[in-house]
Amino acid sequence: MSVATPALEVVGAGHVAQPDRPRLLRVSSLSVSFPGAEGRESEVVSELSYEIAQGETLGVVGESGCGKTMTSLAIMGLLPTGAKVSGSIEFDGKDLTAFSSRQWRCHRGRDVAMVFQEPMTAMNPVMKVGQQIAEVLVKHERLSKRAAFGRAVELLASVHIPSPERRAQDYPHQLSGGMRQRAMIAMALACRPKLLVADEPTTALDVTVQAQILDLMLELQETYGTAIQFISHNLAVVSEVAHRIMVMYSGRMVEYAPAEDLFANPLHPYTQGLIRTLPDIAQPMAELYTIPGSVGGKRPSGCRFSNRCPLADARCREAEPALREVMPSHHVACFKVN
Amino acid sequence: MNALVEVDNLNLHFPIDGGFFKEKLTLRALTDVSFSVEEDETLAIVGESGSGKTTLGYAISGLLTPTSGRIKFGAALGGHSQDRPVQLVFQDPFSALDPRMMVGDIVAEPLRLQGVSRAERLQQADDVLEQVGLPAESARRYPHEFSGGQRQRIAIARALIAKPKLIVADEPLSALDVSIQSQILNLLNKIKRDRTISYLFISHDLGVVHHLADRVVVLYLGRIMEIASRQDLFATPSHPYTQALLESVPRISRGRRKPGQALKGEIPTPLSPPPGCVFHTRCPRAQEVCRRQVPELLPAPGRPEQLSACHFKD
Ligand SMILES: Nc1ncnc2c1ncn2[C@@H]1O[C@H](COP(=O)(O)OP(=O)(O)OP(=O)(O)O)[C@@H](O)[C@H]1O
Ligand SMILES: Nc1ncnc2c1ncn2[C@@H]1O[C@H](COP(=O)(O)OP(=O)(O)O)[C@@H](O)[C@H]1O
Ligand code: SF4
Ligand code: SF4
Ligand SMILES: [Mg+2]
Ligand SMILES: [Mg+2]
Repeated sequence: MSVATPALEVVGAGHVAQPDRPRLLRVSSLSVSFPGAEGRESEVVSELSYEIAQGETLGVVGESGCGKTMTSLAIMGLLPTGAKVSGSIEFDGKDLTAFSSRQWRCHRGRDVAMVFQEPMTAMNPVMKVGQQIAEVLVKHERLSKRAAFGRAVELLASVHIPSPERRAQDYPHQLSGGMRQRAMIAMALACRPKLLVADEPTTALDVTVQAQILDLMLELQETYGTAIQFISHNLAVVSEVAHRIMVMYSGRMVEYAPAEDLFANPLHPYTQGLIRTLPDIAQPMAELYTIPGSVGGKRPSGCRFSNRCPLADARCREAEPALREVMPSHHVACFKVN
Repeated sequence: MNALVEVDNLNLHFPIDGGFFKEKLTLRALTDVSFSVEEDETLAIVGESGSGKTTLGYAISGLLTPTSGRIKFGAALGGHSQDRPVQLVFQDPFSALDPRMMVGDIVAEPLRLQGVSRAERLQQADDVLEQVGLPAESARRYPHEFSGGQRQRIAIARALIAKPKLIVADEPLSALDVSIQSQILNLLNKIKRDRTISYLFISHDLGVVHHLADRVVVLYLGRIMEIASRQDLFATPSHPYTQALLESVPRISRGRRKPGQALKGEIPTPLSPPPGCVFHTRCPRAQEVCRRQVPELLPAPGRPEQLSACHFKD
């Protein structure tokens, strides 16, 4: 590599979406609801439509409770019992909503795999790490136990776990938080899924280890061409990996754009708020900007952001704004955006 | 300025049972740590997981006893008294509050220990809950009715009620959304404008520290790597570890990351810290001397107030 790369070039080149790649996932009008008190339903994801191309990273951001996890669980077929799903999810040409539970089991691991914020919740605490990865390979790839274990060690090496042979013999609690997340990623990638769903994979980690895990995801994407749905409440973290970004608020998509467009020209008041709340080490301020209020509680009538939005007026409290494409590939749901 | 707390050559070791037939091991959580917290100052302690931040916060709060060295409280703290006016705020706002207690009673708990009547306690709880920006009737509700950010406000109210001179806040933002983190940072700053109070603010994220700290202590594997004013530390970080911590703060202005910039490897075990400079196993600048000789904490070139423990400091 040459020495001085101009910063602008990096920003431009990095954020470019992947328009020419074939589509991998198409979610159309996805809604998820749960039966609530007094027979009333609570809709936690509403009419969500988005796509992910092969080898692309879609960043999903929003505060806690916005429906990010429910969206991921829907495409994994892992929603809790009682959840009602409508809309369609198309993966590699297959309609997932028509899947039987056997088809879902086959889909998970092979086509899509997921990593969670806390790897301990997804790992078996009393089984050695290498064995857990091997088990996935035995199930999906029909490898012999011996071959699967050897492959598990290779996978641990590929996520840069030092002394992988020895680490394969460790139980999850014997690994540091960062190493557990690496092992979780190794397990997720065991069968070379086309899509990796990463739900807040770095939120519980130190910033240094977070940087390592982000590097690892970029590297694996480069090597295997895996598409990634990367979820975080932190827009700055998302900006480090995403080609395209979807901003969610209270179960709805409020803005959806190529990452470079979103940062160059954030249109939705919520997106603008999320950007402004980030502490910026280039410009310290005595008083940080905050979005008043919080996501929880009763949804206001009209636009769901109207009780926190600095621009809200009477119209915003009456009707919900529809998502519109206001510039090429840049979608936003707000009355005040032309 | 007046020192509120002086930490002098503090060592804190945990004896670890090596198991049957094995020799006893010593875990060196803190080694030769010296610094002071001034009155009305926010001092940030920054470092990765396992660097000894919580251990240090506990030692200053009196929850852990140093193996050697001294923690001295200035005149403002009443010398060496047992009930030091130090209060703690913890990382996890979900487990820190007793779910069966009413918020008012949780907040007033420190006053109960001082023998204040319940009516008086609840009155004061109402006042302090209002100061941290919670609705008026919060005192008579239960923790589960509050969001994470609101619970952290409750924990801060509890810390404030006894009018401490020092609040030790151990990663009080880590469990919260970034948008809520800004609210809590503003609250801590507002409290500090309204009264004379010092914070020992613990975090792994330098990005967060920037808006709060007057000075920063960078800790690694139980040792101080760098101490500097916020301005100096961010403008001219001296120690390679500080530089790596700064580099790892996520930023929206940089675009998609170029892999390979992250600090490599993991923090070694404090059961057998590396000889010489404890950071040498991960330092991009390490030379032979770093493996042999522990660097002293000395001023950075031309910056007498900025101390850095590195043979090749900037
Ligand atoms: N009671 C204890 N007994 C034995 N070892 C301990 C004890 N408490 C802490 N340690 C060890 O001391 C070292 C420093 O721990 P400490 O909790 O202070 O780190 P920290 O910087 O707060 O990390 P984190 O960011 O994970 O909270 C670690 O290696 C830890 O395992
Ligand atoms: N099992 C469940 N039953 C009913 N509501 C739920 C369930 N799980 C989550 N929710 C609700 O769904 C909404 C979205 O949750 P989630 O997808 O976990 O948000 P995020 O991941 O963005 O923090 C929240 O209001 C949450 O309370
Ligand atoms: S529609 Fe109205 S309330 Fe909703 S985001 Fe736009 S301006 Fe704000
Ligand atoms: S003393 Fe050597 S190893 Fe330690 S930080 Fe300085 S250059 Fe790196
Ligand atoms: Mg979630
Ligand atoms: Mg700690």
